[in-house]
Amino acid sequence: MLDVVKSVPVDYYLWLSCALFCIGVFGVLIRRNALVVLMCVELMLNAVNLLLAAFSTYLSDAQGQILVFFIMVVAAAEAAVGLGILVMIFRNTHTTDIYLLDKLRN
Amino acid sequence: MDALITLIPFLPLMGAVLNGLLGSRLSERTIGFIGSGTVLLSFLLSLYLFIQINGGAEPMRTALYSFMAVDSFHVDFAFLVDSLSVWMMLIVTGVGFLIHVYSIGYMHGDRGFWRFFAYLNLFIFSMLLLVMGDNLVMLFFGWEGVGLCSYLLIGFWYENRVYGKAARKAFIMNRIGDLGLLLGLFLIFQIFDSFAYADIFERLPALRLDPGVLTVICLLLLVGAVGKSAQIPLFTWLPDAMAGPTPVSALIHAATMVTAGIYLVARCHPLYSLSPQALEVVAFLGLLTSLVAGLIALRQNDIKKILAYSTVSQLGLMFLSLGVGAYAAALFHVTTHAFFKALLFLGAGSVIHALGGEQDIRRMGGLRRALPITYGTFLLATLAISGVPLLSGFFSKDEILANTFAGGGVAWWVLAALGGGLTALYMSRLLFVAFFGTFRGTEEQREHLHESPRVMTVPLVVLAVLSVAGGLLNLPHLLHVNGAEWLAHFLSPSVGESRPARLLSAHTEWLLMGAASALALVAIGWAYWVYVGRQHVPQDETQLNRWERVLADKFYFDELYDWAFVRPAERLSQLLHYYADTWAIDGAVNGLGAAVQKLGAELRRLQNGNVEYYLLGMVMGAVLLFLSLWF
Repeated sequence: MLDVVKSVPVDYYLWLSCALFCIGVFGVLIRRNALVVLMCVELMLNAVNLLLAAFSTYLSDAQGQILVFFIMVVAAAEAAVGLGILVMIFRNTHTTDIYLLDKLRN
Repeated sequence: MDALITLIPFLPLMGAVLNGLLGSRLSERTIGFIGSGTVLLSFLLSLYLFIQINGGAEPMRTALYSFMAVDSFHVDFAFLVDSLSVWMMLIVTGVGFLIHVYSIGYMHGDRGFWRFFAYLNLFIFSMLLLVMGDNLVMLFFGWEGVGLCSYLLIGFWYENRVYGKAARKAFIMNRIGDLGLLLGLFLIFQIFDSFAYADIFERLPALRLDPGVLTVICLLLLVGAVGKSAQIPLFTWLPDAMAGPTPVSALIHAATMVTAGIYLVARCHPLYSLSPQALEVVAFLGLLTSLVAGLIALRQNDIKKILAYSTVSQLGLMFLSLGVGAYAAALFHVTTHAFFKALLFLGAGSVIHALGGEQDIRRMGGLRRALPITYGTFLLATLAISGVPLLSGFFSKDEILANTFAGGGVAWWVLAALGGGLTALYMSRLLFVAFFGTFRGTEEQREHLHESPRVMTVPLVVLAVLSVAGGLLNLPHLLHVNGAEWLAHFLSPSVGESRPARLLSAHTEWLLMGAASALALVAIGWAYWVYVGRQHVPQDETQLNRWERVLADKFYFDELYDWAFVRPAERLSQLLHYYADTWAIDGAVNGLGAAVQKLGAELRRLQNGNVEYYLLGMVMGAVLLFLSLWF
């Protein structure tokens, strides 16, 4: 397993997770659908997870992989709460467009 | 004795406080009683002191407490009673008392009756401080006090804007004079290290001062005297000061306050005597004022304005007398002038009272039948001021003229005598136009014509007696009677024996006296011929010829001052208002506020409630941070 991981140079992991993270950021910034925004947040978290796993393997240090589990737990909790809120919003407004969610403004 | 001296100024102050605090709840009778009673008591006490001094008592000095003390500088709140101050005290309280009594009748029914008496008593207090002070600081204290009371009383009917402006004019012009006086005081302290008269005159001979310094001191004090005594160039406030009630004009602007300048010069005569240049300026200003004011008075038609210019011209004569070194003669004229000028003003007040406020002599005429007592006393006062032989004004004016001849020369005498002739001319013009001929007022006024009540006519009669007999105080030595030159002898311990006329021969003096009297009689006769014989009534302003216009317009002094000082000052303050105030100060303050507001408005746009926008900011910030670490 370690060999499989190490068969790809560390640079590639870096570029991949960087690309994933940027896709996540841009998704959050420009998409209007709340569901997609949530998915983009997940994408950013997983980009970090990927990096942590790669570095932990190359450095032969398990701490990074342990941290990945923690992040997965947090991400799961976040997705649960976020989706719950989203369902409630959809029930009340029949839309998931975040630009229309400005009832508290002013 | 100390207590007596202290009571003299403080009795009127008590009257002022009582009337000022409780007056609005007291009846007119009580207010009048307090007002005149306190002044009468002061007069009686002054009379007692006068008898002491006249009996040969030494000058009395009473120090109440230390006014201020800083290192070597200390000033006592002290009174000095010598022949000069006791004489002034008698004039102030004596004439003051009569005018207080008169005011009870004149101000009857006025809403500000109590206020009037409070101010009047306060004035008497200040004037007494002025003449009784033992040092120049006390004098200055009283000097400012009388200035304040003058301001308050000129603007007594403050609802009228014109009167308020006249009050301000008097105050501001006096302020110019006060600045000179103050500078003179500073210089005196710097040189003599004391403000007390006794110290100054004692140290004077030993110091061997540079005459230039002495002249500067004298001229600075003179600026103060010129302002207070309404001499050229600071005389234009006095005619405007006639806006005040007539008793005020009589007391403050004729009999007492305006003679404060004469008192100042006479009191400081040891300084002036050492500076011939300063005395020359005093004499020149006096003569010039006397002539200019006399000429202006010839073509005025307001009864009080004529009397005001007459006061200015008589004060000019007194300054002339001081200038030729005849201090006692000046104070003699102060005394007789206080009698007949107070009488003239009170008589004018009686006329104005009878006519319901009319002051224009062209709308009077024939008043002698309706107002017999006023007419009789006014006639005597006119004759006295004109210098008709044997009345008080004749003796005092003759004394001044003789001294002018001896001290100045023929040319000065001729001009001074001309000033005297002008006096006779404008005063008899006033008398004949107002009291002779036919009545020219409205029918309504004719029906209301009435002699004033007793409370007003009795002071008139008393003053008339004094105006007639005042000459007895200082009969010329030519007459070789007992008690000749009594006043000069009485005052000599304070103002010295200086009297140039002593050098003249008896023939010269008789000749001068005769010439001046003849001039006065001719002037009166001519006025009689024009205004009674030919029934001439002063014309409208539009019908005057060019020279009469110049006189009627008061030589354009007001216009000149307006152009030279008032308007530039106004323009300067407008410029300052626009550039310094509106542009610079307001601009800076408002600009700061506007800048902060604008900044806030710009920054507010960042916080628009859009989460993505914040997120974008955060990402951009992170990228910038990253880049900055990279490079």
